[in-house]
Amino acid sequence: MILRFLQRLPGKTDYILPALLLFVALLMGGLSLLPETASLHVSGYVVSLFGKYLCYALLALSVDLVWGYAGILSLGHGAFFALGGYAMGMYLMRQIGTRGVYGDPVLPDFMVFLNWHDLPWYWYGFSQFAFAVAMMALVPGLLAFVFGYLAFRSRVSGVYLSIITQALTYALMLAFFRNDMGFGGNNGLTDFKDILGANLQSDGTHAVLMLASAVLLCVFYLLCRLLIRSRFGKVLVAVRDAESRTRFLGYRVERYKLTVFVFSAVTAGFAGALYVPQIGIINPSEFAPANSIEAVIWVAVGGRGSLVGAVIGAILVNFAKTVFTGAFPELWLFALGGLFILVTLFLPRGLVGLWAQVHGRFTRYREAKREGTLRVETVPRHGDLPEAKLEVGE
Amino acid sequence: MQLLRRLLPLICCLLLCCQAGRAASADAIDDAAAGFSSSSYADIEKTVAAFAASGDPAAAAILQALGDGQLMVTEDHHLFIQADDGSLTDIRNHQKVAADAAADARPVKVNNKVRRAIEAAMGQLTLLSPDPVQRRAAAESVFHDPDPARLPLLEAAIAKERANGVKARLEQARAAILLTDASSSPPDKLAAIATLVERGDQDARAMISASMASADPAVAAAATTAVKRIDLSLSLWSGVQSVYYGLSLGSVLLLAAIGLAITFGVMGVINMAHGEMVMLGAYTTFVVQDLIRVYVPGLADYSLLPAIPIAFLVSGLVGIIIERCIIRFLYGRPLETLLATFGLSLVLQQAIRSLFGASNREVTNPSWMSGSFDLGGLVLTYNRLWIIVFAFAVFAGILLLLSRTPLGLQMRAVTQNRRMAASMGIRTEWLDSLTFGFGSGIAGIAGVALSQIDNVSPNLGQSYIIDSFMVVVFGGVGNLWGTLVGALSLGIANKILEPVAGAVLGKIVVLVLLVLFIQRRPRGLFPLKGRAVES
Repeated sequence: MILRFLQRLPGKTDYILPALLLFVALLMGGLSLLPETASLHVSGYVVSLFGKYLCYALLALSVDLVWGYAGILSLGHGAFFALGGYAMGMYLMRQIGTRGVYGDPVLPDFMVFLNWHDLPWYWYGFSQFAFAVAMMALVPGLLAFVFGYLAFRSRVSGVYLSIITQALTYALMLAFFRNDMGFGGNNGLTDFKDILGANLQSDGTHAVLMLASAVLLCVFYLLCRLLIRSRFGKVLVAVRDAESRTRFLGYRVERYKLTVFVFSAVTAGFAGALYVPQIGIINPSEFAPANSIEAVIWVAVGGRGSLVGAVIGAILVNFAKTVFTGAFPELWLFALGGLFILVTLFLPRGLVGLWAQVHGRFTRYREAKREGTLRVETVPRHGDLPEAKLEVGE
Repeated sequence: MQLLRRLLPLICCLLLCCQAGRAASADAIDDAAAGFSSSSYADIEKTVAAFAASGDPAAAAILQALGDGQLMVTEDHHLFIQADDGSLTDIRNHQKVAADAAADARPVKVNNKVRRAIEAAMGQLTLLSPDPVQRRAAAESVFHDPDPARLPLLEAAIAKERANGVKARLEQARAAILLTDASSSPPDKLAAIATLVERGDQDARAMISASMASADPAVAAAATTAVKRIDLSLSLWSGVQSVYYGLSLGSVLLLAAIGLAITFGVMGVINMAHGEMVMLGAYTTFVVQDLIRVYVPGLADYSLLPAIPIAFLVSGLVGIIIERCIIRFLYGRPLETLLATFGLSLVLQQAIRSLFGASNREVTNPSWMSGSFDLGGLVLTYNRLWIIVFAFAVFAGILLLLSRTPLGLQMRAVTQNRRMAASMGIRTEWLDSLTFGFGSGIAGIAGVALSQIDNVSPNLGQSYIIDSFMVVVFGGVGNLWGTLVGALSLGIANKILEPVAGAVLGKIVVLVLLVLFIQRRPRGLFPLKGRAVES
């Protein structure tokens, strides 16, 4: 079955990005294991940073899948990301054991601090890694299923959907800020010690986590590729471009949307789960609506509707963020905001589409020149019929 | 001798209690002087209470000096008030004395307990003041600290009182004393309970419930029914108070959302930078207030009035610039508009942060907007009340503008049928800019109001944007009345849930309910009907 799966990946081009990513990740991981005196040594900080970008890239991939291919602009994907992160954080909290400040064998520090005596029921099982992994997929998936089922069934779409997804992540943020939720309140979960027995502070663990992120990103990239190449993917694009028409052709549009939404949420959940051990903390600000919108802009910069674009966009924008916030912290928000505006105004297909855009414009110009007419088209507005075209004759 | 000294103040107290209310000037001062020269704080505290109850005309001044640490006492029990320049004034003959005449004078010892006693005593001393406001405050002070020793003074005050409101307070204070005093007779206590029920607040309830365990069955039964009655009326009032808070929150939401109802509801433009237009309005208020304070300090109290049109213009102009430079290229692409305007909101926030700093800016409440008044069991603060009035005025103004002016007519025409409007000679592009600028300007006006109740910081707009969108979507896009109903019902729902579920949880519940509601009725409470909806 797996073979048939792989056979359906047409062309070698699909493997270029995963191969490149794995190569860079392996190289970086290898270099980080060199002795610190070596000139090519890469510090653990840089490795974690790259690992973080990879997690963001996975998040961007999940956003692109729903936005770029199914036309669902979710402004709440940060919620799924954070939920996956919390599942991982809970596992890591349980691994601390007696090494916490209060040394309680069962309760995490913040619960001792809040004078709690028993572990809340929803913390049971998180000492098992397998259970935690299941939760990383199940919790975001379930939330996406319930939310998506209600939303798509009543045909909430477009801007309305965006606004209520934003409200969803906002409500979750408020909820997780509360101390009595049992997730550490304001401070979130932190002070992790080790994962699967490996010390989280060591460079080796950082390298392995970064590699794991790269592998997971590649796996999900190929999965998404498969998905959109399949018949299912074609229907998704049809839903994006003409929802009513697809429905009238007999497709159950809601089911397609729901499936891709849940899959995307699970992807985001895993991204968050790998993000947390590399960053060392998860707190409610990950739910902030601005984070989710930022993920959308990574996709927009890279190129909406292009999986490669999402990955590239996430890595590039975050690299720029690291550089900017280090060098000119004042300017970062100007740059990010400007990016939003410029990309939506001038790069509707993102960086990946830039070549096609320039190329297309150039060929059109050449053709026009050959025919002797330059044609200026006005953009149709408010869904009106195209207004009169202005002809500038020779 | 030492023992006698210790006992002396106690004896004075007893003596004074018996003759409280009668004029007892010289003796009272002598006794007080003896008490004040004690080295024990407990004695001094008792002396303060006794002295206040003596009704001595100079008592207020002396206690004031004691509180300020300016009351000096000598070994032979002479009291002096020390002026700021160090000179001493004898209390008995009001003569200034040379510093060496009272070389052994030392300040009377004061600690926090004594200070509290002074405060309570000062409160009662004003029972007979000519100013009704002071008398009322004094009655309240006695009510909260019912001491049987004050009964005679209180009864004298009741007999003299002419103003009804103050008289009721005095009688409540008297009832408090009677009820808490174990020695008063059952009929007195029953009467006291009846008086206190009239008052009907939390303090009265606490006082009555204490006598529910009274030995006298009639008193105990009366107390039980009285507590029940008070509970009922208290819960009623707190319900009304919640509704008022909800109305106030709702009017804030209305102000924040109504500009959005125009740009999003009427034009269909998702402006995520709407919150920043509100913020710009708030900062404009800050700047205007500062300028007025510097150049025309006399008008500082009215700086909000010019701030309203100026904020409208500032936010409106910024809105028009945004429309011309960004939004007009994105008509018909709502998701892109959302992203671009979100980017814009980041830029605006950072710009304000760079200009004014990240910390909160203080916009002071003018005097006519600070303070509060009671209405039955309600506490109405003036700033909230003004904002409610203001929100409704703005709403009415917008309705009038849209339905009664040529500009409003053209706006509606363009949104309903752009091409036909254009054929009738309306400059649709220009009108798009104007409408967007108008919506943004209203946001600026909202900023003026919000600067009065919220922190003026670069994040001001952020905290309202999600709520505002929810209001517009809840009410039904394109319907101003829907926005009004949506804002008020959301505000009231929030505030009614708040005491039950807590502030944050209440907000979460409202958000979740809203999300569910939108899924039931995607087009809001009052959806538009007709073909325009389908486009």
